[in-house]
Amino acid sequence: MNAPLIGARVARKEDYRFLTGAGQYTDDVNLPHQTYAAFVRSPHAHAKLKRIQTSKAKQHPGVLAIFTGEDMQVGSLPCGWLITDVHGQPMKEPPHPPLAQGKVRHVGDQVAVVIAETLSAARDAAELVEVEYEVLPAVIDMAKATAAGAPAIHDAAPDNTCYVWALGDQSACDEAFKKAAHVTRLNLVNNRLIPNAIEPRAVNGSYSRGDDSYTLYVSSQNPHVERLLMTAFVLGLPEHKVRVVAPDVGGGFGSKIYLYAEDVVVTWASKQIGGRPVKWTGDRSESFLSDAHGRDHITQAELALDKDGKFLALRVHTTANMGAYLSTFASCIPTILYATLLAGQYATPAIYCEVKAVFTNTAPVDAYRGAGRPEAAYVVERIVETAARELKIDPAELRRRNFVRNFPYQTPVALTYDTGDFQATLDGAIQLSDVAGFAQRRKASEAAGKLRGLGYAAYIEACGLAPSNIAGALGARAGLFEAGEVRVHPTGSVTVFTGSHSHGQGHETTFAQVVADRLGMPIENVDIVHGDTSKVVFGMGTYGSRSLSVGGTAIVKALDKIIAKGKKIAAHLMEAAEADIDYDSGVFKVSGTDKQKTFGEVAFAAYVPHNYPLDKLEPGLNENAFYDPTNFTYPSGTYICEVEVDPDTGTVRVDRFTAVDDFGKIVNPMIVEGQVHGGVTQGIGQALLEGCHYDTETGQLITGSFMDYAMPRAEDVPSYALATRETPCTHNPLGVKGCGEAGAIGAPAALMNAITDALSIYGIQDLPMPASPQTVWKAIRAAQQKAA
Amino acid sequence: MTINVSMQVNGKAASVNVEERTLLVTVLREELRLTGTHVGCDTAQCGACTVHMNGKAVKSCSMLAMQAEGAQILTIEGVAHADGSLHPMQAAFKEHHGLQCGFCTPGMVMNAIDLVQGRPNITEEEIRHGLEGNLCRCTGYHNIVKSIAAGAKAMASAK
Repeated sequence: MNAPLIGARVARKEDYRFLTGAGQYTDDVNLPHQTYAAFVRSPHAHAKLKRIQTSKAKQHPGVLAIFTGEDMQVGSLPCGWLITDVHGQPMKEPPHPPLAQGKVRHVGDQVAVVIAETLSAARDAAELVEVEYEVLPAVIDMAKATAAGAPAIHDAAPDNTCYVWALGDQSACDEAFKKAAHVTRLNLVNNRLIPNAIEPRAVNGSYSRGDDSYTLYVSSQNPHVERLLMTAFVLGLPEHKVRVVAPDVGGGFGSKIYLYAEDVVVTWASKQIGGRPVKWTGDRSESFLSDAHGRDHITQAELALDKDGKFLALRVHTTANMGAYLSTFASCIPTILYATLLAGQYATPAIYCEVKAVFTNTAPVDAYRGAGRPEAAYVVERIVETAARELKIDPAELRRRNFVRNFPYQTPVALTYDTGDFQATLDGAIQLSDVAGFAQRRKASEAAGKLRGLGYAAYIEACGLAPSNIAGALGARAGLFEAGEVRVHPTGSVTVFTGSHSHGQGHETTFAQVVADRLGMPIENVDIVHGDTSKVVFGMGTYGSRSLSVGGTAIVKALDKIIAKGKKIAAHLMEAAEADIDYDSGVFKVSGTDKQKTFGEVAFAAYVPHNYPLDKLEPGLNENAFYDPTNFTYPSGTYICEVEVDPDTGTVRVDRFTAVDDFGKIVNPMIVEGQVHGGVTQGIGQALLEGCHYDTETGQLITGSFMDYAMPRAEDVPSYALATRETPCTHNPLGVKGCGEAGAIGAPAALMNAITDALSIYGIQDLPMPASPQTVWKAIRAAQQKAA
Repeated sequence: MTINVSMQVNGKAASVNVEERTLLVTVLREELRLTGTHVGCDTAQCGACTVHMNGKAVKSCSMLAMQAEGAQILTIEGVAHADGSLHPMQAAFKEHHGLQCGFCTPGMVMNAIDLVQGRPNITEEEIRHGLEGNLCRCTGYHNIVKSIAAGAKAMASAK
């Protein structure tokens, strides 16, 4: 028996190619006779298109074609989730054309595309396209977007409101507040972020006249979804005539889930120019302007408690920014993936949340690592910590008093937690972070003229999206299952095809561990294939920490079929009853005897079926499975952050960060730790550094480059202390919950709780994110002036 | 106007005719098809394009190809040993999970090799400071720092 692979720190199979420059990202793909696209983008946030003059640009050497919205009459980029508002009406869904039709609605909106022989010719000619705009007043602030008399961004939404939606029992909540011994109130802003995967979006589309088909290489997290949306909703092409390949993808974090205008335009344009491939690779400026942004909520939250510190009710009102157009999953982020998580880890009996989604003249906003759940965790964990301080109860103790302890637990906001042990992760974090030594460390900081604070965040998230029937009832316009295929070759090695997509998560290793472990074969004999609609039967892709719990389970289901068929073959070969065959460690055995056949012998028999039950069984050994989960998975954990603040400069240094997570069973702890490191760093980025800013009058993106938008760098973050506790997920065979987003969900609240703890001597209860030196310094000065 | 640029790339002579405004990274990626060197930004901030010029790490997106005339250029494709086995720094990144999506990785490795030259005991603080010109969005730097510390030791003992 080989050592089990599940649970082992297996070094990644994919690393060799990435470490030697042999990765193949979309911009590395060059096709014969390829042409290059450059987009003409709006410099205005809101304007009418009066006239587009392309004649000068068309004469530029090397230019093949220029297309505008007038040339490209196709369908609208669709939104995949229908939200029904408080009045039972569908959300407002204004058209989202791939090239602007008559009007531009944010800086960076696509106005025209230039196709040329070289990239420099395309870019030079794009500069020569003359566009006459009639500039309109822009709506940037969410508060102003819905004010009376605000300019309408879309005719279909004259009040710039996409929907007003609610979840929970409002009257039960209101009653509970009347009985409360204490109410904590907090106004919170969840700052707008720009995802900034280090690989900019890229696409290379080509049309083949020979068979009237298209091939699209694209930096995407979900190639099948890209194909489905593009063919069925925008271009009206037969789905089987389009192949979408998402090769190596340089990070996604949500921003590469969506069907983008550029993808559609180059695919369409390739046919217009006679079938030559059209390549577009965004530069970083275009990423800033046109990738879907994340977060951007304004929230008023109220928590009602009884005299013992038990939570009675939580009431939340949130305004969420959709940007100028509805991106692919924009509508479900501040609703289905947000309000449903407001119970957090607590048995709060009544919760009510109302969400108003508004249009503004900014880039579209959609899922970004965590997607709604970081915003929810921020509300819950900031208000719980604030309540603890107001009531002078230890924040860990207040949490303990309110933890959900019996599972399954039905929350008042639609979810059923299947399992968890919140006390275990809290206690683990308190121990690992040495909370006991905090007072001593605080003294040491104070002796050095610094302030020290400690903050908790006990998060829960819903992952493993999703039971399709539940999602459908909530407005999803797609299924959320996953597909897997296990192909056993005649010589016994295995290729596995998965609908999940890896863009850093290490599926080629993790999934291979699962397969090799279950089949009892060396991991070298297993390869994982993903990211190509011509190879993989179907896939919903990777987001929402769903790959292992949903995609991995589909593979396990296919493996079960392989083993079941293998038993039939082995039974025939060994002249035994199928019921007597056991499979273990790569060998089919007749139980109670020494008769056995190896997996390889059975595979060979399946493909060379000379001695084979052909009257009862098909030859070959290849199985498909689709898996649709019966519930979400619920990763949870406690994060504890310790910061040191320099009161003279406002600089915050993250001194210690401890994460104790419950991800259920873990297949590869090394990869899981890497996911937490990355997620926590993005969370620290949100809390300390990152913030998207538009000029509130003109709508110009002020933070439009890495020189203006502060990304977390190595010196901004510490090394992390991690541990896990394990309550296996009860409804998938691997017992896994997902780990990709946790860090980004839990970290911001832990950090802001730590900073406000450090600043509590000034009476500062809240600070906006990011807590930049300027923000902190100004808050301290304001508090000092108020006191003086 | 087109000009000729000649240099040694990964130990081989390379000569290309390109527009004067052509960046070194464009020559590497588009003319020489060395696509391991990546472009992640347009402001010399992310470091994905880092290569070695005459033994020092440089950002190939922020220099013109003609500035490399006559230079020795080393890209990620030239780092592993001739038999394909990994350079100690590459091996350290693999062992310590110092990469996820792989896009920033070539630049990280090229910068790391230069950073640790003659510093087998480089500290965490020094490594973090030395990475100020390289962005990674996946790893949170934790394992990159560990990889570089281990790679520094491995490089010193391999000598």
